[in-house]
Amino acid sequence: MSVDQRAGAGRGDGRLPDGRHGPGRGLTARDYMTEQRPTWCPGCGDFGILAALREALLQEGIAPHEAVVVSGIGCGSKLPDYMRVNGFMTLHGRPLPVATGFRLANPAMRVIVVDGDGDAYGIGGNHWLHTCRRNPGLVHLVENNQIYALTKGQYSPTTEQGTRTTTSPEGSIERPVNPIRTALAAGATFVARGFAGEPKELARLIREALHHRGYALLDILQPCITYNKVNTYDWYAERIVRLESEGHDPSDFDAAWARAGEFGERIPVGVFYRTEEVPAYEERVPGLKRGPVVERPLDDLDEAAFEALERELV
Amino acid sequence: MRDQDVSLVIGGDAGQGVESSGAGFSSALARAGYHIFSIADYRSRIRGGHNFYQIRAATRPVASHLDPPALLLALTAESVELHLESLAPDAAVLYDSSFRLDAGAVERSGRLAVPVPMNEIAMRHGSKVMMNTAALAAAASLLRFPLQRMEAVIRQNFARKGERVVEGNLAVARETYEQVRRSPAAARFRYRLPGLPGQPERMLLHGNHAFCLGAVAAGCRFVAAYPMTPATTILEWMTAHAEPLGIVTKHAEDELAAICMAIGAGFAGARALCSTSGGGFSLMTEALGLAGMTETPVVVVDVQRGGPSTGLPTRTEQADLLFVLHASQGDFPRFVLAPGDHVEAFETAMRAFNLAEKYQTPVVVLSDQFLASSLRTLDFGRLRRDAVPVERGKTRRPGEPPLPGERGPGGGQEDGPAAGRDGYLRFAFTPDGISPRVLPGDPEAVYGAPSDEHDEAGHITEEIDNRKRMMEKRMRKLETALAAGEMRGPRRVGPAEAEVTLLAWGSMLGPASEALVLLEREGVRANLLHWCDLWPFAGEAAERELRRVRRGVVVEQNYSGQFRRFLRMTTGYEAEGLVRRYDGRPLEPGEIARGVLKEVGAGVR
Repeated sequence: MSVDQRAGAGRGDGRLPDGRHGPGRGLTARDYMTEQRPTWCPGCGDFGILAALREALLQEGIAPHEAVVVSGIGCGSKLPDYMRVNGFMTLHGRPLPVATGFRLANPAMRVIVVDGDGDAYGIGGNHWLHTCRRNPGLVHLVENNQIYALTKGQYSPTTEQGTRTTTSPEGSIERPVNPIRTALAAGATFVARGFAGEPKELARLIREALHHRGYALLDILQPCITYNKVNTYDWYAERIVRLESEGHDPSDFDAAWARAGEFGERIPVGVFYRTEEVPAYEERVPGLKRGPVVERPLDDLDEAAFEALERELV
Repeated sequence: MRDQDVSLVIGGDAGQGVESSGAGFSSALARAGYHIFSIADYRSRIRGGHNFYQIRAATRPVASHLDPPALLLALTAESVELHLESLAPDAAVLYDSSFRLDAGAVERSGRLAVPVPMNEIAMRHGSKVMMNTAALAAAASLLRFPLQRMEAVIRQNFARKGERVVEGNLAVARETYEQVRRSPAAARFRYRLPGLPGQPERMLLHGNHAFCLGAVAAGCRFVAAYPMTPATTILEWMTAHAEPLGIVTKHAEDELAAICMAIGAGFAGARALCSTSGGGFSLMTEALGLAGMTETPVVVVDVQRGGPSTGLPTRTEQADLLFVLHASQGDFPRFVLAPGDHVEAFETAMRAFNLAEKYQTPVVVLSDQFLASSLRTLDFGRLRRDAVPVERGKTRRPGEPPLPGERGPGGGQEDGPAAGRDGYLRFAFTPDGISPRVLPGDPEAVYGAPSDEHDEAGHITEEIDNRKRMMEKRMRKLETALAAGEMRGPRRVGPAEAEVTLLAWGSMLGPASEALVLLEREGVRANLLHWCDLWPFAGEAAERELRRVRRGVVVEQNYSGQFRRFLRMTTGYEAEGLVRRYDGRPLEPGEIARGVLKEVGAGVR
């Protein structure tokens, strides 16, 4: 089986080519549950994201052992600890390269990255830009609460200008990152925005991302009820508009760019842009032509092949 | 056959092809049956500035460069000024007749001045760029090295440029060779490198090559790196061989990404490598702790260069020792190995991957520019794959039968907490500190690995008792490794009893070994203790050897005597002397011998 087939890379037609995946495998919601109790504040937007991810995996029939959730550091990055799935809780800002390494070593598994706006757009911003253009088969869920919450309320890369926080008592001077436009400019092939207050709709977007061939960015508006008194559930609810219901064509880059400029009175959610024309990075890696490297025995280099390497040095 | 041991230097400007000429001549000498040890001395720039290449050719195996050179092949007038004083008293200086040079000064110094119209000959048969061919042919002629050997290398090196270029270069070589052979100077030059019939074919490789061969022999399947001199050739070699060997290589956006990619691949179950130099390693330190905390195998090779900061990018130093031993916050187990030569670099690569997987922890290999880029000959069969068979310890892939102790409460431990999500405890408390590791993808073993402190099942916790036990479990792996005899004590070179003992680590093995011979000539009976395995430190073995040392002199390439301090820290042993160099140039055997004599002074005969 080629890596292409093993990788379960989507083709944008709602079909997962890997036969091991797909609904109707006898999985239930219980399969994704643990006894671990989240330490999030009651009412935190992260609960909606956790519910949506479980639901999406269940609906797609991706069993807990077939996926790995790689997270950063922050409230929301504790997510893998609160569901039954392989988890790797890494360093602040570094889940994308960790996940890329995992994906390149074992493209037979689904790799999902969960981190925050500080992780993805701040300290790990360089990795994010390069992941966008590289296009590895990762689903990237960014829990964007526009604040640093775990460290108790400092401004983040997406905090709106003028917001008072503990590190911007006079109001933040910096203009916020526009994650959608930045990802588009960096060459991302799937760019979407969701809202933690609508877990069902969010699950649908995660499923779409899981079907994408390469890197899928899903920026998720996540209310922080403790440290962000501006961007609340009500604040978002009043502003959210659906790209889908407004007739947006996600294959139209220019339209995506235009809609990505809206963030104020109207905040579009849904898929801004998507193309399945760009191969996933792992599809083109020469070293993967023989299949996932983790599945090969370690001593498969025979004596003749080794001697050939030595003879190159004569 | 007479015993031969000749060093020669090719000097010129960057961009003049000094290094390719040097490598080409090394190759010709190696194929003619000589043992070779070559070093390149070049600057961190593409063009301009003086570069040189030093080749040592001998009829017996050699482990270091050796001064003084018997021949200078000067591609610029400047290189004559720079090298003249360091040449052997009866050395020859080959240079182009057109150089504005005081030949009288060369002769007055006792050396033989050999002007050759190299440029003119090159122009006659082709172009100015063929001057290097003329120069090498002139050197070959002076040394009575067979012309056919040079012709073979010329054919090989220029084949891809077409028959005309090959023929032009051959004509240049023949004419120059003949002119020099007939010159009166040739008759006065006493050094000879005739062809050596009956010698076996040998590999000619640098330390990074040897390390790469060890890595692929060990089943390395993933390499991530950011280009950084002098480590870059590892990523390049691996990438050139990635497809046939089925290895994933990734030139990452920075070193933080490189080590994180390697850790991600290691977590997935691939034997993963990250190659860098000190500056890149500095960026990797946080992730080194991630590997320690999540018990993820990863091998990092730090090919040291002159620091601090950008430092001396193309030069050598051994000044990352104390940094690497302590890098990253908190306590966690790690291995640190510093191979002494090309053969040991090969073996160390294989051992590093075994240790990383058996003990589920990061392994740092400390190489340096001197080892990484010095070229030496090795007989076939010297790189023995069977010396270090692949061992993965308590690791299994999905679908393979359960490991001993993998199931049950407490991962087989009676007093452990209830089993985790799947009755599998990834971080089970075990007597040896090593927990059975199932690679991700097994339906019976779904687990998390947090960089936060965690319990046996991999859930985040700050509970007091768990923290203590988990810290002890992780750190216990070092004791287990020592008790299992994984860590080697010092290798002794030379006699068991000696007046003076040289104490060295890493790449200083060769130069220090050869210094023993020179000391012997001075009437000083000396031996050498050399360490490859630095952490966890085999203290008992070290103390056993150190007790026999009468007068100890540490030999190392850094300012502050880091290994001397390390010995004091680990054993309480205080070396009497220190021979050090920190100008980025590798210590040479004669220099070591003189330094040792100075350190121990009149105390020895």
